[in-house]
Amino acid sequence: MHYIKTIALKEFTSFFKSPAAYMVLVGFLLITGWFFANPLFLLNQSDLRTLFSIIPIIFLIFIPAITMGLVSKENNSGTIELLSTLPVKSSQIVVGKFIAGLGLIVTGLLLSLIHPITIMLIGTNVDVGAMFTGYLGLILLASAYSAIGLFASCLTKNQIIAFIISFVIIFFFFILDYALFFIPPSISGIFQYLSINYHFSNIAKGVIDTRNVIYFGSLTFVFLYLAGTTLDLKKR
Amino acid sequence: MIRLENLVKDYGTVRAVDSINFEINEGEILGFLGPNGAGKSTTLKMITCYLNPSSGNISVENFNVAENSEEIRAMIGYLPETNPLYLEMTVFDYLKYVANMRGIKGKEFDSAFKKTIAKCGLKEVVAKPIHTLSKGYKQRVGLAQAIIHNPKILILDEPTSGLDPNQIVEIRELIKDLGKEKTVILSSHILQEVQALCDRIVIINRGKIVADGSQAELTEDYSNRARLILQVDATKEELTQINGIIPSAKLVSFKPILDNFNEAVFEYTPTNDVRKDIYNYIKQQDWTLLEFHRDYISLEEVFRSLTLEGGNR
Repeated sequence: MHYIKTIALKEFTSFFKSPAAYMVLVGFLLITGWFFANPLFLLNQSDLRTLFSIIPIIFLIFIPAITMGLVSKENNSGTIELLSTLPVKSSQIVVGKFIAGLGLIVTGLLLSLIHPITIMLIGTNVDVGAMFTGYLGLILLASAYSAIGLFASCLTKNQIIAFIISFVIIFFFFILDYALFFIPPSISGIFQYLSINYHFSNIAKGVIDTRNVIYFGSLTFVFLYLAGTTLDLKKR
Repeated sequence: MIRLENLVKDYGTVRAVDSINFEINEGEILGFLGPNGAGKSTTLKMITCYLNPSSGNISVENFNVAENSEEIRAMIGYLPETNPLYLEMTVFDYLKYVANMRGIKGKEFDSAFKKTIAKCGLKEVVAKPIHTLSKGYKQRVGLAQAIIHNPKILILDEPTSGLDPNQIVEIRELIKDLGKEKTVILSSHILQEVQALCDRIVIINRGKIVADGSQAELTEDYSNRARLILQVDATKEELTQINGIIPSAKLVSFKPILDNFNEAVFEYTPTNDVRKDIYNYIKQQDWTLLEFHRDYISLEEVFRSLTLEGGNR
């Protein structure tokens, strides 16, 4: 636990030593702010539904941007040689870095709480339960995305390549729901179950179903496991 | 203390390390010499558990790389060829991170940190971000990282490459100092460095060990040549005649010095000392002798003859 904490803390603080983290956070808030303010002022709608439906798409770009450097930078600069000769397990390295990446995203989500708070101050009745599950869903979604991004980052020493790989994998899971159309009905159930959107839309509606939690949990676990295995295979 | 047995490393079809066997004793400073691409770094990377051996085994004390990798890693301080620095961190943060990852924290860290920066001369730069430091300082930070947990074994992969002469001397002094209490393995292709620092030298070429021993042993045993330098007032023809009388002495170089004196270099096998015969011959001829001394084959020449293409003694 101590090693995971040390790695996570180091990665998290190093996000803030370069402008990247600030840019990501500001960009995230600007875009969510736009999609929040637009319906509020133009359509006189004060709800969070637009926000919850747009954030998974923003994450599609932002999470790979956050996770792309986590391991690829170390591969590039040679610090991976230090990290993997320290007496820590690959799994501890992977989990530490995953927590740091997820931490930055959760920071962004916490900052975006300004929108629901604004609505409450205006005096609209907000379904706090639904809001809570919505945010929980976003965190689950973010953890699956981050695990994929971290895995992609382990594969290469080039951050851009890591970004593209993670984007492609996440996009695959994201698009599945929309591609069901082209899939024979006999197997479309499986594809639907695999799609991120299907599970997220349930949670965004305010329903916490263990199936959805298990889905995101296992997606996260599988890609973290793959990331750890990739680090171990480098020793071959 | 460290034992390598039939160690092999293949990169795809290329065999980088080809069944190496040797042992490093406690307290030794071992110089690992070889041309670029000979397999030095690969071997060191296997000892530090960065790479797994393709076959063979490495044991450190009673631990084995295959089963007790973590215990071995905890015992070793390692400075890789590319200095593993997080450039955006300050020296203090960096060393704290590495120390924490080695399980050193709190008060224990404070004292370890103080000792390390005093040893490495980093006092003035602890608060600076690493990317602002000069190369010499960066190298010292790398070394500090390797010794902060007071390891029994220190592995340094070309620690002085790319430094200026003053920095090289500083780093060497530091390594010499550290070598008093630790087992050190140092890889290099700079011969003077190995000569200045190491008790024992292992030369590796194309993945195989070609020589192993102390400096004196290497220059004697592996070259199998000794030299005699003469300054004498004899002509080249007269000197080549010596070979007719003393067959094992061969004239290898000849150059005129002042007046009618010439400098001649003879080579002979050390087991068959010809100096007495040559001296007697010179006395017989009544030449004037200005200089008569034995010269050793340099480590450089031994290295070249062992590692050059097809060079097998």
